[in-house]
Amino acid sequence: MAENGNGSARPKVAFFDFACCEGCQLTVIDALQTHLELVEAVEIVQFREAMTEKGEDYQIAFIEGSCTRKEDEDRLRKIRAQAGIVVALGACAHIGGVNALANLQPSLQDVRQYVYGDKWDWYNTYPARPISAVIQVDAFIPGCPIDRVEFLSVVKQVLLGKTPAIPDYPVCVECKLKENVCIFDKGGVCLGPITRAGCDAICPTYGDGCEGCRGLIPNPNENAMQDVLLKAGLSVEQLRARMTMFNAYDPAQIEA
Amino acid sequence: MSKVDVNVNVHHLTRVEGHGNIVVDVKNGELVKCELQIVEAPRFFEAMLRGRPYTEASHITSRICGICATGHATASLRATETALGVKVSTQTQLLRKLLFHGEIIDSHVLHVYMLVAPDFLGVGSVLPLAKSHPEVVKRALRIKKLSGDLCAMISGRHTHPIAMTVGGFTHLPTVKELLAMRKRLVAAREDMNETMALLKTLPWPRFQRETEYVSLKKDDEYAFIDGVVATTDGFTYALPDYRQVTNEYLVPHSTAKHCKHNRDSYMVGALARFNNNYEQLHPRAKAAANELGMKPVVTNSFLNSGAQAVEMLHCLEDSIQLIDQLIDRGLQEEPLYQFQGKGGEGVGSCDVPRGTLFHDYIIDDDGLIQGANCIIPTGQNYANMEADMRALVPQILDRPQEEITHLMEMLIRAYDPCISCSTHFLDVEFL
Repeated sequence: MAENGNGSARPKVAFFDFACCEGCQLTVIDALQTHLELVEAVEIVQFREAMTEKGEDYQIAFIEGSCTRKEDEDRLRKIRAQAGIVVALGACAHIGGVNALANLQPSLQDVRQYVYGDKWDWYNTYPARPISAVIQVDAFIPGCPIDRVEFLSVVKQVLLGKTPAIPDYPVCVECKLKENVCIFDKGGVCLGPITRAGCDAICPTYGDGCEGCRGLIPNPNENAMQDVLLKAGLSVEQLRARMTMFNAYDPAQIEA
Repeated sequence: MSKVDVNVNVHHLTRVEGHGNIVVDVKNGELVKCELQIVEAPRFFEAMLRGRPYTEASHITSRICGICATGHATASLRATETALGVKVSTQTQLLRKLLFHGEIIDSHVLHVYMLVAPDFLGVGSVLPLAKSHPEVVKRALRIKKLSGDLCAMISGRHTHPIAMTVGGFTHLPTVKELLAMRKRLVAAREDMNETMALLKTLPWPRFQRETEYVSLKKDDEYAFIDGVVATTDGFTYALPDYRQVTNEYLVPHSTAKHCKHNRDSYMVGALARFNNNYEQLHPRAKAAANELGMKPVVTNSFLNSGAQAVEMLHCLEDSIQLIDQLIDRGLQEEPLYQFQGKGGEGVGSCDVPRGTLFHDYIIDDDGLIQGANCIIPTGQNYANMEADMRALVPQILDRPQEEITHLMEMLIRAYDPCISCSTHFLDVEFL
């Protein structure tokens, strides 16, 4: 393996999380079940969910979660200043994910009051956003949660100094290769035609339509998708819900 | 007591899920501040569910927590099914129980081996153990893979289950898969025995503080899904009355709500279930508890990890029995629920790895969610954790500050707090 520039053969890696469920970091831990050699290939210097040891001299940062507070921006910028490579880990960091569903509610104050009642202003928050809305991101691993195999592949590519290749074709391609019966033919609905592949079409394979957690492909035909969904029997509310479950974030939501 | 000053300030407690701080301030031997500060960013799940189709609820709320995603999905489905009057088949109930056992084992093995064990073995994480105790780490990873594969067999994956839906499953395991899994579960008995042998050797901190223990309860089984809410203070509530137990309130130092019932605090989780439902444990699990010297009522919160290990044994044995039942009955595809145009309100509850979880939904006649309330186990434990901290600090004031800090961390870690569930949680601060 190439040296990392400061004499150590193993690149130093750190994991961070913001607003999220930490399921992507758990998937990383699960990846060790089959690939324990990963801890030999890199030196993990920070991973709060799993370890107490804490080093600040990392070169690669994996960041899970959305930014939902002004004060978290500083933490993100510090990570960016330290890390040579920043990788967004999972849907919350990559596209805002389910956190951005709160942005669709009538107002953020209404959301805060609904959960915290008359103490709503005790706790800070602002519209949820992907980390790329705050700092520059070098690579991303899509999905809710991330795919274990894809994570390992991205790590390998980053260690080799390459920009990780993430599929830009739709889930339908992988679903066809698996010879699944189309969810629409089974009477269901699916965002497979416009959603980025790389998950091995796991949801359709287990009988459920794609919900778009990996974000959309480049140049998706959303109008045609919506026509297909309406024809499949969705109401306007159901259609709107399907299109926004993981893809509710819109940069216009965070404009002051 | 000596007139010492002690300042504990643990910022972002490690080896727990989420962000929390432990702050302890002792001046002249007087405890002036003792807080578990929850600093996780709020995520507002209850608010974001409003206006969404009921079909999405279990998939959105599983995203509350990566560790107990299946528990959230199950409680969510039970709330929706109760609201809409959906009857669930025996096959679905058996599959859900089996899936749930997978999650309990998965979560407990993560906590016992990777989050707690390093404290006893004098290291900061599981990573150095891979060199010093490779057999321990490999065993942990083996059990974790087994439980993860069990979940994946039924719902597609452990974190954020796919195939479970309102009224049933969109995908069924094959008999061949069930048989192969059964074989692996039987073989894993040895790993479970080794786990108990390891736990027996650990020097559990001595600490007693009796509190009220709260969990689900059923007459005929160790309750994880449905039942009534029971407490060791002798109270019993039907699920729709859950608010009489939880009595949520807010404190400024926590983005997660606190709860109290008959006393100033109560405890949920493996130890609470053990104390309430010991009689319904599998005989092998009871025997294991006996070996650890655990008999209800256990009042040492550190032994929550011991109760988790006992539950792992129970779930392994019960999983084998569930698979036998499923194979005997034969699996068949069942029609999925179709919405009948009539909404309602429903409460669903499960005892997830960290304790009793409630989901409560109001669904309108268009099938859209109008209101939601979720009460999370870790939130229910916060007041009890702080009460434990206040009880423990005076007992250990004569020790070096480093040791005090470490014990406080271990105490909070023993609860296996899930801070992003409850919002987010753990850092110890000594001021």
